[in-house]
Amino acid sequence: MSAYSQPRPVGGKIFTLPVTLLAAFAGLAGALIVWRFLVGLGASTALNDGYPWGLWIAFDVVTGTALSCGGYAVALLVYILNRGKYHPLIRPALVTSAFGYSIAGLSVVIDVGRPWLAYKLPFFWHWNVHSVLLEVALCIMTYTIVLWLELSPAFLERARTSSNAMIRRVGQKWLPVARKSLLWLSALGMLLPTMHQSALGSLLLLSGPRLNPLWNTTLLPLLFLLSCIAMGYGAVVLEGTLSARFLGRKPETDMLAGLGFAMIPLLGAYLVLRLIDLAVRGQIGALFGFDLYSVMSLIELALFAAALAMVATDAQRRNLGNLFRAAILMVLAGALYRFDTFLVAFQPGEHWAYFPSVTEILVTTGLVAGELAGYIILIKIFPILAGEPQAAPAR
Amino acid sequence: MPTKARSIFEPETIGEHLVRCGVSRRGFLEFCAALMVAAPFGLALTNKARASEVAREVAKARRPSVIWLHFQDCTGCTETLLRTSKPDLAELILNLISLDYHETVMAAAGKQAEDALHTAMQENAGKYVLVVEGAIPRKENGIYMKLAGKPALQVLDETAKGAAAIIAIGSCASWGGIPSADPNPTGAVGVDAIIKDKPIVNIPGCPANPYNLLGTVLQYATAGTLPELDELKRPKFAYDRVIHDHCPRRAHFDAGRFARAFGDEGHRHGWCLYHLGCKGPVTHAPCSTRHFNEIPDVWPIGIGAPCVGCTEQSVAFRVPIFQTVPIRQVVPPDTYAPIFTKEGNVSAVATGVAGLIGGALIGAGFMASRKLGAADESESEPKPGKE
Amino acid sequence: MGISRRSALKAMAAATATTVATTVGARETQAAAVAAPPDAVGMLYDSTRCIGCKACMSACNEANELTPDTALSGGLWHMPLDLNEHTKNIIKLYQGPKAGEHAFVKRQCMHCLDPACVGACMLGSLQKREFGIVTYKPELCIGCRYCEMACPFNVPKLEWSKALPKIVKCELCSHRIAKGKGPACCEVCPVGAVIYGKRVDLLAEAHRRIAEHPDRYIQKVYGEHEAGGTQVLYLAHVDFEKLGLPVLGDESVPSRVRNLQGTIYKGFMAPVALYGLLAAVMFRNRKKSGGAEAEEDKP
Repeated sequence: MSAYSQPRPVGGKIFTLPVTLLAAFAGLAGALIVWRFLVGLGASTALNDGYPWGLWIAFDVVTGTALSCGGYAVALLVYILNRGKYHPLIRPALVTSAFGYSIAGLSVVIDVGRPWLAYKLPFFWHWNVHSVLLEVALCIMTYTIVLWLELSPAFLERARTSSNAMIRRVGQKWLPVARKSLLWLSALGMLLPTMHQSALGSLLLLSGPRLNPLWNTTLLPLLFLLSCIAMGYGAVVLEGTLSARFLGRKPETDMLAGLGFAMIPLLGAYLVLRLIDLAVRGQIGALFGFDLYSVMSLIELALFAAALAMVATDAQRRNLGNLFRAAILMVLAGALYRFDTFLVAFQPGEHWAYFPSVTEILVTTGLVAGELAGYIILIKIFPILAGEPQAAPAR
Repeated sequence: MPTKARSIFEPETIGEHLVRCGVSRRGFLEFCAALMVAAPFGLALTNKARASEVAREVAKARRPSVIWLHFQDCTGCTETLLRTSKPDLAELILNLISLDYHETVMAAAGKQAEDALHTAMQENAGKYVLVVEGAIPRKENGIYMKLAGKPALQVLDETAKGAAAIIAIGSCASWGGIPSADPNPTGAVGVDAIIKDKPIVNIPGCPANPYNLLGTVLQYATAGTLPELDELKRPKFAYDRVIHDHCPRRAHFDAGRFARAFGDEGHRHGWCLYHLGCKGPVTHAPCSTRHFNEIPDVWPIGIGAPCVGCTEQSVAFRVPIFQTVPIRQVVPPDTYAPIFTKEGNVSAVATGVAGLIGGALIGAGFMASRKLGAADESESEPKPGKE
Repeated sequence: MGISRRSALKAMAAATATTVATTVGARETQAAAVAAPPDAVGMLYDSTRCIGCKACMSACNEANELTPDTALSGGLWHMPLDLNEHTKNIIKLYQGPKAGEHAFVKRQCMHCLDPACVGACMLGSLQKREFGIVTYKPELCIGCRYCEMACPFNVPKLEWSKALPKIVKCELCSHRIAKGKGPACCEVCPVGAVIYGKRVDLLAEAHRRIAEHPDRYIQKVYGEHEAGGTQVLYLAHVDFEKLGLPVLGDESVPSRVRNLQGTIYKGFMAPVALYGLLAAVMFRNRKKSGGAEAEEDKP
């Protein structure tokens, strides 16, 4: 039961200064992307044969999709654990997720060397069923479509109030269909991320001989899955708080505090599993060796622990500023874990070095800026955000 | 060598002629050995185990009739044939072939010379080897070179008719040589641009190596065949490789030891002349293994002068002498890659940009969070819209 | 309070326990020994015979129509420092600390019996084809570079300098083998330091050499068991690690992932089952909340 009103468009001027600036930055990224295709990867990125995967994979694809697990995480809460109270969070979370996964898909197209052959991916007679990356690619492609389809009710509701008669008819005809298929789509929308977020973790298992022992465990898929759901909640907290602040609406503290609580078992399980795994594999000594790898692992664990500590009590969770900071730490922790697994733990040899080029950095930040602008534009035009709460929540 | 008497009307073999002229057998064997060195492979005549076997082949053959024409030339190719380091070798050469017409060495002059030419052409019609030295001008009906009042074009046409084979000796006769250098005011071209219906062998070089000519002529005399030719009609036994691939200084090239200026330390040590403009990498010629004047190292690179590519039409008198040329067949140097090499650069600029962006985001995040904490306390008051 | 602490913890514990159990189960599954194809061919490189002439590098470039790597030599020499888009085969020099201690090593694709790159490749562009040779089909390659991430020998290289790049690696001159000739490097080696033949024969020859001259060789044929075994074998006088050949266990690289996948996915059964479970739970929850959500969605 929700004390909130129906979702409705936020309205207001679309191309405000922040949105225009974000869109401009995204335009710069677009220009750089065109340039990357003209000159090739060697000239535009700092990638090399020692580090063939860099920022665009480690951040845009791996971390970006984890940050976009808000839709997945909230769906688990609402549809599986049956907490209808969080229902108003689903649509905004889905928008973040849809954009995040679309950007991730775009980043893959930019990153691979021969994207014009990507049309062969659905050719199942060529599939190498043992390739984890194939599973990731197919899952992400399908999930991105599912995300946008899950948002279709929002678009169709808006269509119904359009001034154009034909659009109105389309909205009226397809909205019931969209609503009916929501259950099947939502189930798919929870299955697919379970599969590919854990698969993203399994990717580096194939680099086993060259993966630092502090990260080289068959628990990688599980650890990635746990941290991604927690990052999903963290991302929804950030997105909810910021959109409320910037749009002058009341923040949904009650719901967000609940998300903070949901993070606890995930963070707890992650820390416990990680430490037990290190102990079982005899890596506790390495953990305190205080070389680069030890220090990075310790920072990761510290960030996870700090985030856990900051959402431990009810009072802490209801302090929005504290919750916001905890969400930042949570997101940083998950992001650092992924960066470390893909770029730090991966050891091709001491003679190789990699740091993203300026082009890679600008394209990544430009794409994120585009995502932010897209989110803002969408929530202003379409019924995504629920209305302001009518009264303080009863419990 | 055969000693039985022979009718004076029967043409002599080379062996018989050499005996009659008193040329020493030792000199002849030395010549045959030199021929084997000049053409170690690719020439049927020299494909033998010993110089004495080559000598036997040559001795059996009839002296080939050779008519030698000069057109736009400097006579350098003739000079190189005769400037042997041992005087009797020159005589030997002149006795191996029946040089029926050669303006430089023949005793006749004027009308007698002309008659000699016509007699030779008639008596040996269809059998003589025509050697052409010098380019043939074509502009304005070929008036820029005349022999006894006739343009070279015409002379060549007439003489070529009865030739069994034509050998174009020197770069000028092969493709135009110096006279054809830009702007080629006389329209100078090589023999094969004019004669299309006779077998032609080009022996380019400025001058050409005389042993290439002799090998070809004697091959024809002993077996009646011409050596295998490449697509520019050059005998493969001499022109199938570039100088760079057989150069005595190649080890210096592979090791990166170069002379950088004439007279510098590298130059005096005999190092590679690549950076002085040596055209060895793009020039097909045998000079690196068969030097001139029978004296070792008497060839341009041997005396420290970079090769100018005198056999190649695209190089000689076209590409500046001191301009370096690209290497066609690139092979590894004398040095080795270590087991591990540092690769991949960390850009300082990129690190800075990343730091800025990251720092700005985290800073903004914490600033915003502090404001949120403050706003939380005054939650009851609705905020005015920001946008 | 929103969620009851108890039910949340119960759900998470159940999920975690299941996943951990299956993952640990996967770890304990034995890696099956990798069998070489019966007609497997390969190369035997004997570092003690190699004189470092690098004729194999020139022959490889010529046979594979590769442009030489003249970046560092200003156009003068084919001078790569490592395998790269211009170099499928390279000779490197190891110089030891003691005077006169040195060894050459020839690096190229190892043609593993269970290759990591083949396990990684999404559409099967890299596969073990005739004679067990790992060959590459560019028409199935998307350029994702997972093969580069996977190969423990760091062999596949991308044409970074091109706008339309391919992966470049030694394919044992399979185009020549089809015509009955061997790899170009083996054909041109003046001292027989690298020879071509059937893997079983080469392995026997390698052991014979070790037995005959035990003081000349490290008592091991590198590639016999490394990463499940490779079709290119090495003999040397110095430690293989010093020559840049990585220390690897006997387990093949992809077997670990295959075990994990096999245990968790059980073909495609597990995802389908999970989907059914999720849909069923959602149905039940919808009924429990009495269709209140459906009422909310009414216009």
